[in-house]
Amino acid sequence: MEIIQLLISGVSQGCVYGLIALGFVLIYKATEMVNFAQGDVMMLGAYVAITFTSIWGWPYYWAVPATLLVMAGVGILLERLLFRPMIGEPHFAVLMLTIGLGFVLRALAGAIWGSEPRALQMPYVGDVLRMGEVVVGYENLAIIAGTALLCLLMWLFFRFTTVGLAMQAASQNQLAAFYVGIPVKRIFMLVWALSAVIAAIAGILTAPVSLVDPLIGFVGIKAFAAAIVGGFGSMPGAILGGLLVGIVEQLAGLYLPPGFADMSAYVLLLVMLVIRPQGLFATMQKKKV
Amino acid sequence: MSNLLEIRNLEAYYGPVMAIRGVSMEIPEGQVVSLLGANGAGKTTVLKTISGAMVPQKGTVSYQGRLITGRDPDWVARQGIAHVPEGREVFPFLSVDENLKMGAFSRRDREINADLERVYDYFPILKSFTKSQAVNLSGGQQQMLAIGRALMLRPTLMILDEPSLGLSPLLVQEISEIIKRLNAEEGLTVLLVEQNAKMALDLGDYGYVMEVGRIVMEDSCARLKEATDIQEFYLGMKDQGVRGRRRWKQRKTWR
Ligand SMILES: Nc1ncnc2c1ncn2[C@@H]1O[C@H](COP(=O)(O)OP(=O)(O)O)[C@@H](O)[C@H]1O
Ligand SMILES: [Mg+2]
Repeated sequence: MEIIQLLISGVSQGCVYGLIALGFVLIYKATEMVNFAQGDVMMLGAYVAITFTSIWGWPYYWAVPATLLVMAGVGILLERLLFRPMIGEPHFAVLMLTIGLGFVLRALAGAIWGSEPRALQMPYVGDVLRMGEVVVGYENLAIIAGTALLCLLMWLFFRFTTVGLAMQAASQNQLAAFYVGIPVKRIFMLVWALSAVIAAIAGILTAPVSLVDPLIGFVGIKAFAAAIVGGFGSMPGAILGGLLVGIVEQLAGLYLPPGFADMSAYVLLLVMLVIRPQGLFATMQKKKV
Repeated sequence: MSNLLEIRNLEAYYGPVMAIRGVSMEIPEGQVVSLLGANGAGKTTVLKTISGAMVPQKGTVSYQGRLITGRDPDWVARQGIAHVPEGREVFPFLSVDENLKMGAFSRRDREINADLERVYDYFPILKSFTKSQAVNLSGGQQQMLAIGRALMLRPTLMILDEPSLGLSPLLVQEISEIIKRLNAEEGLTVLLVEQNAKMALDLGDYGYVMEVGRIVMEDSCARLKEATDIQEFYLGMKDQGVRGRRRWKQRKTWR
């Protein structure tokens, strides 16, 4: 029974990695930029939600959509002010910029919200679901269900909407996208908005489980490992990579000496790079975003 | 007869390399204008400056009497200039159907589906691949898809960059016929860049010849066909032409 319990924890933590990894992949596919601040954008999203609920006392059904809206705005702002001017600049320059952005966001969060951990109150927090001996917190179920729902919505969006198809088109062949009249710059802006919204969803889902402090964005490094494990460039790969990292981490915590759990994501990454450098979804990556 | 497109004294650089050195051309409405020249002459660069993918250092592009120099390529496309770039630039992992729909991205009218059928009428072969990803098509089919996708824009002017490159003579023939039909039946104005001088001169009403960034000759295609220089260098009627073509092949490999 313990193993099932662990698997569920692994999956729910893995979903968070997967969502952040999804943000990495979305931006990378479209703009070939790697946004190392993706985890910190998640942290910011969690704090915005906390501000709306705990601090301002809004009901969650207002606070959550408002958070997503604000974070979409943040994504757009980042693109317009920081990353659009970087188009065509060397990759390492963009990389440095995103690392710097992470520092700024952490400092900003510390200044605004302090470094004391804060909790996000969601209505489902505290309840548990009992299935025989297995006990699952609703906050973990919410992470899993929320991620599943988001994946479904994303799939529908990319498969069936014109804007979703245009995002794929612009990622696959930027020049051709320009030539058919797709406003590529605006599409990139939407991609940044979308990945900030996904990060915010990850933040809202994970905040009830792990308290929020300015440093929770560092989980982005594990998510980055997950994105590479998944094949960096595949959206299903990002989610699966995240799940794999989450599960391996739990198993390492159970079977290996203390300390190994935190390392396991990178060990997994190394193993992956050696036995299958193209990642889990290398072939799928060739097919869909 | 009014000019749909006029370019004046265009100069454009790749870093320090001057790729076109003062090019002027006129594309009259309803005509097929051909642009000939050896590889590296600057033809693609001219097209890129027209469609906005490159910004010229000097000179102007005007379309329907309006300056369009320096505008974004997606904006230029939405004005009705469809650019079919060299090398069959399809969206590889979208289906044929989705590729064509992307061609109509900027349109909001109700005739998109009718136009889709029209494209399949022009290119019946695509009809049997509607759900396949473009990457799985042959080179010729991808070229047809690229042209079909450009048609979905309902363009006034279509710019084609070496549509025959790498295609079998039969396919070259087929694409020629379709360009001819589009011009005759839809009144589409065409700017055609070609290495295949025979195709370009047969199709074109008027032709320009480029060499190292400049227009060195222009005339009606009928008269260009008679010019001895053209016959020697582009139609391969003497050894020189053959040698020239061999050199072109070598250059292809290192680029
Ligand atoms: N991306 C580029 N970077 C640098 N030089 C280029 C680039 N593209 C083309 N050139 C140079 O510009 C000149 C014109 O090229 P291009 O317009 O592609 O010629 P064409 O289409 O007639 O073969 C050539 O000398 C070519 O080497
Ligand atoms: Mg060319």
